[in-house]
Amino acid sequence: MSSAVVKHATCTGCGCACDDIEVHTDGARVTRAVNACTLGETWFRDHPADSGEPAARIDGKPAPLADAIALAAEMLHAADLPLIYDHGYSTCEAQREAVALAETVGGVIDSYTSRCHGPSFVATQLVGKVSCTLGEVKNRADFLLYWGCNPAETHPRHTSRYALHPAGKFTPRGRRDRTMVLVDVEETATAKEADQFFRIREGTDFEALSAMVALVKGQAVDERRVAETGFTVEQLRLLLERMKAARFGVMFFGLGLAATRGGHGNVGAAYRLAMELNAFTKFVALPMRQHGNLVGSDMVLRWTTGYPFGVSLSRGYPRYNPGEFTMADLLARGDIDAALVLGSNAATDFANVPTIEIGPKLTPMQSGAVPRVQIATAATGVSAGGTVCRMDDLPMPLRPTLTSPHPIDEAVLKRILAEVRKKPAWYPMRSEAQIA
Amino acid sequence: MLRITNGKVYDPKNGVNGVVRDVCLDGGKVVASVPAHARVIDASGMVVFPGGVDVHTHVAGAALNFARGLIPEQHRKARPIYHSPQCRAGLAGSTPTTFATGYVYAGMGWTTANEAAVPILSAKHTHEELRDTPIIDKCTCVLMANNEIILDLLENAEFERAKQVTAWQVWAAKAYGVKAVNPGGVAGWKWGKDCKGLDEVVPGYNKVTPRTIIKALADIVDQLALPHPIHIHCNNLGAPGNFTTTLETMKTLEGNRAHMAHLQYHAYGGDDWFTMSSASVPIAEYFNAHPNLTCDAGAVLFGDTVTITADGPWQHLLYELTGKKWGNLDVENETGCGVVPYVYKEKNLVNAIQWAVGLELLLLITDPWRVSLTTDHPNGACFWRYPEIVRLLMDKDFRKEEIKKLPEKVLPRIVLPELDREYTLYEIAIITSAGPARTLGLPQKGHLGIGADADVAIFNERANAMEMFAYPRFVIKAGTVIIEEGELRNSIEGTQFASKPVYDETIEDYLRPLFQQHYTMSFENYPVAEECVHGLEVHQCGACITPT
Ligand code: SF4
Ligand SMILES: [Zn+2]
Repeated sequence: MSSAVVKHATCTGCGCACDDIEVHTDGARVTRAVNACTLGETWFRDHPADSGEPAARIDGKPAPLADAIALAAEMLHAADLPLIYDHGYSTCEAQREAVALAETVGGVIDSYTSRCHGPSFVATQLVGKVSCTLGEVKNRADFLLYWGCNPAETHPRHTSRYALHPAGKFTPRGRRDRTMVLVDVEETATAKEADQFFRIREGTDFEALSAMVALVKGQAVDERRVAETGFTVEQLRLLLERMKAARFGVMFFGLGLAATRGGHGNVGAAYRLAMELNAFTKFVALPMRQHGNLVGSDMVLRWTTGYPFGVSLSRGYPRYNPGEFTMADLLARGDIDAALVLGSNAATDFANVPTIEIGPKLTPMQSGAVPRVQIATAATGVSAGGTVCRMDDLPMPLRPTLTSPHPIDEAVLKRILAEVRKKPAWYPMRSEAQIA
Repeated sequence: MLRITNGKVYDPKNGVNGVVRDVCLDGGKVVASVPAHARVIDASGMVVFPGGVDVHTHVAGAALNFARGLIPEQHRKARPIYHSPQCRAGLAGSTPTTFATGYVYAGMGWTTANEAAVPILSAKHTHEELRDTPIIDKCTCVLMANNEIILDLLENAEFERAKQVTAWQVWAAKAYGVKAVNPGGVAGWKWGKDCKGLDEVVPGYNKVTPRTIIKALADIVDQLALPHPIHIHCNNLGAPGNFTTTLETMKTLEGNRAHMAHLQYHAYGGDDWFTMSSASVPIAEYFNAHPNLTCDAGAVLFGDTVTITADGPWQHLLYELTGKKWGNLDVENETGCGVVPYVYKEKNLVNAIQWAVGLELLLLITDPWRVSLTTDHPNGACFWRYPEIVRLLMDKDFRKEEIKKLPEKVLPRIVLPELDREYTLYEIAIITSAGPARTLGLPQKGHLGIGADADVAIFNERANAMEMFAYPRFVIKAGTVIIEEGELRNSIEGTQFASKPVYDETIEDYLRPLFQQHYTMSFENYPVAEECVHGLEVHQCGACITPT
């Protein structure tokens, strides 16, 4: 096997989707990922060209790919309400096929977004969102507020490449041109980078952010209620003064806001705060999206169905209801009778449902819940090409560096779809008039 | 092969005005004749139009998809498109899903659309959505008037290099034309500011003004011989009294070709929201006298919609005015975008004036070839409401009835009640098809002469133009019958047109280090690869025209 070097490769280790990686391979695996952080380097090294997985397994036994595809199609076709669930590691191209499949079998489609930043979307739907691409932060932001997130561990190059340290067009001195504040329930590794750290009492983010919105609008706040958050009104006032005085301010928030109690309320208050600050200066707020291509999944679902996650196509057109058409809720109620899971390490959640697993790493045999059908695919970004989206929605091309013996997700989904289409079709209505 | 017979043909480009004659189609083109065994569509009692062409719409890309994510309450009211043997599932409504966009456009006889606002940085995403927009042919305009590489060059009077960069960027985005949105104003918005007058210095710069940008980009587009002129969204959109800015912009463009986008939003008099009035008369007078200009109406209809524009500061103002949801997405070094859901109300003074101004411009502009029917979808109204505008243009009695519904105090501020012009079918064919095709520089579109693309819409001739144009009997795209007897029978892929201007490849050596400094994406990953654009058809521009 021959060694190779690929420049400008995109890492899918986290939502930063850094595309400056120089990937060295010996033909069998990645040997170095220059510029990548440890998290990214691990991601690349963890996905050798040949994962050693069989092409497919049925009921735990190695099986020809064609048989696995036929059985997958049979299961989805026979099910009353199948779920297509995307764990967020596929390309946009594969996600397009996943939507087509969900539609053809009259199923539900959802992604890991419903378990992480789903509430951030609900907040956007309630109040809106003021945002920007990361280059705006790099070039302009002189005030950064990280809230309920720990980029030092989850997005290791976020501060170095995009936000805090880089020298930008209007921030030529990099770190020295910026102030950074961190708000979290504990003093994490990220606190070391912050100019100021505030410990907020757990579960009071909504109260603190709402008080800030009120103060920005010149409204009165209840001192005692504010004190319950761990902040004093004076502290909030001073913080707001700094925010208003910024030339360009940005707030990054994580699961500490979105995936805790009242997540959509917390994020809604954060977005409101950013919006109201625009009466004084330029201010934006962005969610710290996680791994792989979760963002792409939301984007593809929006352009094909209008909604970002939790979409039912069981009536033949898109319907949206978080809490009803979302994975955890469907499982809890036992609503689904088959599932297709796209991506490794997610199938264990589906122990009680006949499941098809598609991904570079298959659930191991010794695990208690081996999916009925397992199909091995090439790893996105390492041996599979296509497009992924960064946390700020920008589409990033992938530059695969290795050649996998397994097909890519998109190809497998297309084959399953083709098999389903050979079976008696399901249509919500007869082919009556469908015109403008 | 297809012969359309007995229909009354309206083909303005070839001077055919309601003549009963055959139209023959073969191999995706209009041909002189087809053999006797070809399928015959009997169009007795029907009119035959070239397929509609939308010169300015927002149907795909980062901004529109951002808007889709903001308005589930509108999606729930939207007309569902059911999964069927011919159709992918989707939703119509104010921001139709991609598949629905293709079906709904085709369902009313429109077969080409220009997506008018594409950032280069996310152009790849726009093309992905357009790939999922079936049936219609598509082209795009790339946003350049707030591109900081261009602005920095203009600040230093480096016109030649700005031209090379523009050419490189048009091709990088696989775009078709160049769009200027609120020149300098969106760049100012990056600091929370705006640029209202043409001679205000752009915030963050020392010399460059909106006027410099407008003139330079118009010259660049002309010199690069792009098929479509500079596509301009003027400064000061939507503001009372903005017609003076619009006149100034048009004057700046003397000697250039230019397309004035959604002119309705730029033709207001008055000093504030309380004194706002129509200024369609001075705008139309100037426009009529200057044949270098084309425009589209950007007409408004009453009802729910969502406004989406690269004009970030305007959207912030709209948020402050309405208190509704507000979406904003600034794109590094290039542009911004704002989204605000909006309801145009008949009883609202400002909205009533906007409604009137759109119609007034369509009626006051004398040359139908230079004004295209648009609503700046979805800003003024959704594109699927075009037939309502056609009726308002063709039927003055109906129009007068509609005017009666407006608040009385609007009447002295508009001129619509005095306008008695009624559009003919021939003129409707011009403003919906032949004119926009000419404006876009698509010679194969907008007509039924031999060699034209076989895009045809066939309507029952009816007194009520709205009913007539809302439900075509047949729609043919590239020779395939899409709509038949009012049903969608087929779906096909469309073409994506891109322009390739001539440029000096060494411009990349200039751009690469700038990218390193100012962007967060690698230069190598920035251009959209040709294989990412499905159905790509490249217009190779002629040699650069150097002024003498
Ligand atoms: S920050 Fe994220 S995307 Fe960048 S190299 Fe590390 S893991 Fe990869
Ligand atoms: Zn527009």
